[in-house]
Amino acid sequence: MATNARPLSPHLQIYKPQLTSVLSILHRATGVFLTIGTLLLAYWLVAAASGPEAFEHAQGIIGSMLGQLLLFLWTLALFYHFCNGIRHLVWDAGYGLDIESVYRSGRYVLWVPVVLTLICWIIAA
Amino acid sequence: MSLRTPLARVRGLGSAKEGVAHWWAQRVTAVALVPLTLWFVISLLFMTHADHETLQAWIAQPLVTVLLVAFLFSLFYHAILGMQVVIEDYVHQEGTKFVSLLVMKFLLILLGGFAIIAVLRIAFGG
Repeated sequence: MATNARPLSPHLQIYKPQLTSVLSILHRATGVFLTIGTLLLAYWLVAAASGPEAFEHAQGIIGSMLGQLLLFLWTLALFYHFCNGIRHLVWDAGYGLDIESVYRSGRYVLWVPVVLTLICWIIAA
Repeated sequence: MSLRTPLARVRGLGSAKEGVAHWWAQRVTAVALVPLTLWFVISLLFMTHADHETLQAWIAQPLVTVLLVAFLFSLFYHAILGMQVVIEDYVHQEGTKFVSLLVMKFLLILLGGFAIIAVLRIAFGG
């Protein structure tokens, strides 16, 4: 197709990573990762509906080393996507769009999700 | 001079001829997911050591059933909208893009269907 031969605008590797761009990419990456996580959520609910044996089996998978590692990463991804999503909604409402505010809220979403994740895992332990 | 309002002119514009419908649905589901996700995560925190019976009894409470279905519906709807944008951004070959979008939507609707039916089955004691 003719359109495919057109030159592309400068892409990711041309630019120096900045907090703004990195957080934006991270929002998308966590979104995709969380979508994959819906597989486990659906499986877990179906297992709970199927009976005690199926549920026991699902709990075993989630309780395994790999299961716990994935669940931890999904918790972190969820809280990041959650916090940065609220940041996006605030922007959509027209607030916090100046460079200084964008960087300030950006620094928040770097550590708040980590703290929330640790709190959850300490409570659940 | 046209008597059409500016709103009428922009309605339904954009490459997909749907105006801002996709963008808006993404925001509406996001707003719904803020309280629903918080509720779901906090509830799960108190369920980590629960046995099968306790979990089923929890899901079967009418308020919990409704909130879970609302959560799952918003979640899968939001995921479909998000994945659609990702595929449209990175898959440039028309045929591959079309098939990827179709497969992604079918898979997520099936998965969401499974999850919601599972909740309803527990609620109605199937």
